[in-house]
Amino acid sequence: MELFGIPLQALLSQLLLGLVNGSFYAMLSLGLAVIFGLLNVINFAHGTLYMLGAFTAWIGLSYFGINYWWMLILAPLIVGLFGIIIEKTMLRWLYKLDHLYGLLLTFGITLMVEGIFRSVYGVSGQPYSVPEALQGATNLGFMVLPNYRAWVVVASLTVCFSTWFVIEKTRLGAYLRAGTENPKLVEAFGINVPLMVTLTYGFGVALAAFAGVLAAPVIQVSPLMGSNLIIVVFAVVVIGGMGSILGSILTGLGLGVIEGLTRVFYPELSATVVFIIMAIVLMIRPAGLFGKEK
Amino acid sequence: MNNSMNKKIGFALLYGILLIAAVLAPFGLYPVFLMKMLCFALFACAFNLLIGYTGLLSFGHAAFFGAAGYVAGQALKAWGLPTELGLLLGTITGALIGLVIGLLAIRRQGIYFTMITLALAQMLFFVALQAPFTGGEDGLQGIPRGKLLGFIDLSSDLNLYYLVLAIAVAGLALIVRIIHSPFGQVLKAIKENEPRAISLGYDVDRYKLLAFVLSAALTGLAGATKALVLGFETLTDAHWSMSGLVILMTLVGGLGTIAGPIVGAVIIIMLENKLGDIGNWLASVTSIDWFNTLGDSVTIVTGFIFIVCVLAFRRGIVGEILHLFKRSSGASH
Repeated sequence: MELFGIPLQALLSQLLLGLVNGSFYAMLSLGLAVIFGLLNVINFAHGTLYMLGAFTAWIGLSYFGINYWWMLILAPLIVGLFGIIIEKTMLRWLYKLDHLYGLLLTFGITLMVEGIFRSVYGVSGQPYSVPEALQGATNLGFMVLPNYRAWVVVASLTVCFSTWFVIEKTRLGAYLRAGTENPKLVEAFGINVPLMVTLTYGFGVALAAFAGVLAAPVIQVSPLMGSNLIIVVFAVVVIGGMGSILGSILTGLGLGVIEGLTRVFYPELSATVVFIIMAIVLMIRPAGLFGKEK
Repeated sequence: MNNSMNKKIGFALLYGILLIAAVLAPFGLYPVFLMKMLCFALFACAFNLLIGYTGLLSFGHAAFFGAAGYVAGQALKAWGLPTELGLLLGTITGALIGLVIGLLAIRRQGIYFTMITLALAQMLFFVALQAPFTGGEDGLQGIPRGKLLGFIDLSSDLNLYYLVLAIAVAGLALIVRIIHSPFGQVLKAIKENEPRAISLGYDVDRYKLLAFVLSAALTGLAGATKALVLGFETLTDAHWSMSGLVILMTLVGGLGTIAGPIVGAVIIIMLENKLGDIGNWLASVTSIDWFNTLGDSVTIVTGFIFIVCVLAFRRGIVGEILHLFKRSSGASH
């Protein structure tokens, strides 16, 4: 079967790979948006924390024999704790200053952590095998679906929409949204805003680490996997605007799919297509697709 | 009145001494290393025109720096153009790319501006990676130095050094002139309070764009000169870590000071160069073997300096000195 001169199987598998990448974009841009909303910090280290998630999973398996499923819970907790330490010891002192210092600090953290991992593990990737339960593929008749990739999409969508539900529909989320609008007033109502800020950062970081663990079997675990991703995620954030949670999720997934399709129809552009879309969006709708200028 | 007169004479003396030192430097130090420093000093000053005097943090200056190097290199090597024209083409390349990126980026404010410049520069990096003439991962090798005005042979390091010194000083003079011009005052007003500058009737976007293009053009000049000096151009110059490096130089020296970026560039380039030796020394003092590998892990050290600067040292070296100076002169009144 062919579609536009491309074998349908190839098209669908690239589409799926696009969805997988899109789920990573969605999870990372979601975390960036939540952190920016409350802390007013653009977390450059987000890509590095995603890399740390993947590495924690790899280290857990190869040094301590802890399997994928445990690491899926443990790695976000460990990396989230690392995030909380960063927030408590460093980021905290920058809230009253210009936004740019938060970006520069997290950039410095990125360089350091990446440099340390590079000096220990080199730049080549470490393989991480797919957990046994998800090995193999399912034949759906019109395509062969690799089980692990399907799991990545389902797991990340579940996490993304749970996050959306918690923030938009629960009491805790209401505090968070109120804190984003006016932290002083929320504090006056007796809510511990500094604690909320710390936990929010920890949560955003844990989300990045979770994405990292999911990514470990798909791409090779390497110290550079994060910084290459974070710039694309920045473009995703510019395209979607950070005003809306659902907007970040949809933009992330959509751009992943577009990137996947570009890889089929015009592979030369696949690395740049997200940036081109960003330029077009900036010309037509400068505030972003779902954006409210803050 | 008298005090400011004294201050002016003091500064003139200081700059005179520095200039003489710069003229004499190649007799004591390795000229190519000095030229590299000068190129980076000009790069950092051009960058500071944006962050320090207009309040715009660009994370995409590597695009102008690298692209100008590639175009100048290609012009000198493949098209056989004279050296001056090659440098001019590099500068124009910087300005044109600056115009395109600037037009897109100034549509958003603050942190979004930074993210847009970073993303567009990354796009240019991929173009440089894939374009046929850049030589991909290998880079553009064997750029000839040529002759200045057709008769001054630039293959002599000393001749080239004085050309690079002249270019850097002219670039710096232009930047100082821009900062002190009425145009520069408007830029400062935009930095301090953008809504107020708008309400005073200034077309803020046009000013920002012009500042961006000027900064990009001077960055292009620095990039083209660097390609000429080293004789090759690689992807490193177009990579985002180069944009980070120039931010670090400016931050270490002092944002929004004239001399700061120069000091920062000198320190960071020296550090990059000597890090291996420093590591070996630390290893012999502390007998921790790991320090021997420090030379290969420049990013760990630059990252660390970033963190320290942002947390504890935001004025930078020159900014800190000026601050002390102001406080002591304030106390004597």
